Amino acid sequence: MKTWLARQRYLVDFTLAAALRRKGRNAMLLGVYALMIFILASVIFFGSALRREAAAALQGAPEVTVQNLVMGRHALAPPQWLDKLRHMRGARHVQGRLWGYFYDKATGANYTVMTPPADKPDYALKPGETIIGASIKRLRDGRNLGWLMLLSPSGKLFKLKIKRTLPETSELMSADLVLMARADFLRFFSLPEGAGFTDISMQVRNRNEVAKIVEKISRLLPTARVITRADILRTYENVFSWREGIVLAMLSAALVAFAIFAFDKASGLSAGERREIGILKALGWETSDILAMKFWEGALISLAAFIIGVAGAYAHVFFFDAGVLAPVLKGWSVLYPRIHLTPSVDRLQLVTLAFITIIPFTAATLVPIWKAAITDPDVVMR
Amino acid sequence: MIELNEVTKIYNEGQPNEVVALRDVSLTIPEGRVTVFKGPSGSGKTTLLTLVGCLARPTSGRIRLDGRIISALPEHFMAAVRRETFGFVFQRFNLIRGLSVIENVMIPAYPLGPDYRGLRARAGALLERFQLAHKARMKTEVLSGGESQRVAIARALINDPQWIIADEPTANLDSRLAGQFLDEVRQLKQAGKSIIITSHDERIFNADVVDVVVDMEDGRIATVEER
Ligand SMILES: Nc1ncnc2c1ncn2[C@@H]1O[C@H](COP(=O)(O)OP(=O)(O)OP(=O)(O)O)[C@@H](O)[C@H]1O
Ligand SMILES: [Mg+2]
Repeated sequence: MKTWLARQRYLVDFTLAAALRRKGRNAMLLGVYALMIFILASVIFFGSALRREAAAALQGAPEVTVQNLVMGRHALAPPQWLDKLRHMRGARHVQGRLWGYFYDKATGANYTVMTPPADKPDYALKPGETIIGASIKRLRDGRNLGWLMLLSPSGKLFKLKIKRTLPETSELMSADLVLMARADFLRFFSLPEGAGFTDISMQVRNRNEVAKIVEKISRLLPTARVITRADILRTYENVFSWREGIVLAMLSAALVAFAIFAFDKASGLSAGERREIGILKALGWETSDILAMKFWEGALISLAAFIIGVAGAYAHVFFFDAGVLAPVLKGWSVLYPRIHLTPSVDRLQLVTLAFITIIPFTAATLVPIWKAAITDPDVVMR
Repeated sequence: MIELNEVTKIYNEGQPNEVVALRDVSLTIPEGRVTVFKGPSGSGKTTLLTLVGCLARPTSGRIRLDGRIISALPEHFMAAVRRETFGFVFQRFNLIRGLSVIENVMIPAYPLGPDYRGLRARAGALLERFQLAHKARMKTEVLSGGESQRVAIARALINDPQWIIADEPTANLDSRLAGQFLDEVRQLKQAGKSIIITSHDERIFNADVVDVVVDMEDGRIATVEER
């Protein structure tokens, strides 16, 4: 066992020394390989993190959301809608919500501005107070402690006392949240006193009746657009799978290129390499030593590429918000103005990724060696 | 002692390009001596060397090393015999390009998995002995012909084999270097090693260090001269 280990160490040393002779070629191979794993791992990390966030967000989402449409575009829902919906049979927790997006020039960030949900007393706010999300706190760190200063879209300065900061959670929704009282909200966005709601949310007493309720609402409020939780879920799924599909298609192209590259590297066993194998055999190396040496070559390159690719993808997705993939996977930004994903990795996916990359590559380097490795070494005498 | 018993080697047997390189060769090669295979080009000297050195198997016939048959061993054992019993100095030296001199010398020991410091020390001592210590870290492709040959000899000796096999060792050397090679052969013989050399070169087969000259012709042994 000890000599087996020592033997493998020598083979690894040899293969590293040999690989260093073709620095450019091997660096290029490593680069292409790592890039492929980087893309693959980025998609996997990004997709699964988004799905997880979406699932968490949906958990708290209302069963039915009602919006008003004017000329086919989203508009504020009139205040009377609230009463009409409250009187509908089967509807519960009917609530008007006021929320909007706001770009803060001072910090260069997008905020989601909202009035506190009526059914959560610990979020209740008096005019002049605010509750902010964790990422906003981080952005403003050290400045105006205890106070949130905002320049409203119409140019008025707002000074709100920070009542508390929301705890840092994995929820996408809360990170960039600014809660303010209804009166402040209306003034902030220059809305009239009688303005209605951005949308109206409700729960349904009996889940099986969602379809019936939707139908009833449409009849009661002909200009309303009704969105169910199932609709949102489907949208998410569609966006994710469609976008992932594009990326995976691109990736399969990259994979084919890589396969050709690997095959070329492997099968293009030059006369020089063949002779080298002959020399090693003549000097007393066994076929198994040659194969082990080549195995280490393939395995080390794969492993290095895997580690570089996965580490790069991890940093890319979780520290740089998937900047490279964002243009392709942009679909989700319709649903969220900005996100910051919580680092987390699915082990099974990683193992799968390792298997579908490391093993084929290592095999691809080994197979063509086989023939050269089993031939008699007397050719080196020629 | 190596004994060959009616050894025949046919390349590409049964094909149109079939070549009978050796025919019914029977020969005894003594231990602790210097044996030279001579003869015209194509007479089968190199082929005989590859069979003796376990680099290939004969088509028929037996080869024994110290009484043990080595001509029909599985590849795994053949490699072990090569590694432990024979040191090879090839005509074209066959150093591995791009690797350093000392790495080249150590290569035959890798499959044995020896202690690294010990191996390095042995390789260093061999290079010292061949006046190559200062070139240990150089790549082999910058070496001169004579230096390459000495590296090849050092490499052949790293596992301390009983038999040294050299194919046309002086083909590319001038007379000074050929003389140097013969000096090294003399030292090895004094150290008790057995040496087999193929050569056209009369500087070799006329040298006084040579004990046995096997004259070959057309795949057969014409004469065996013991001195
Ligand atoms: N791998 C091979 N396939 C086919 N024929 C071969 C092979 N190796 C050697 N031969 C043939 O076997 C014969 C003997 O070759 P060998 O190399 O043993 O001769 P040699 O005495 O060493 O010649 P030289 O002095 O030129 O080195 C030659 O006719 C050669 O062409
Ligand atoms: Mg020859």
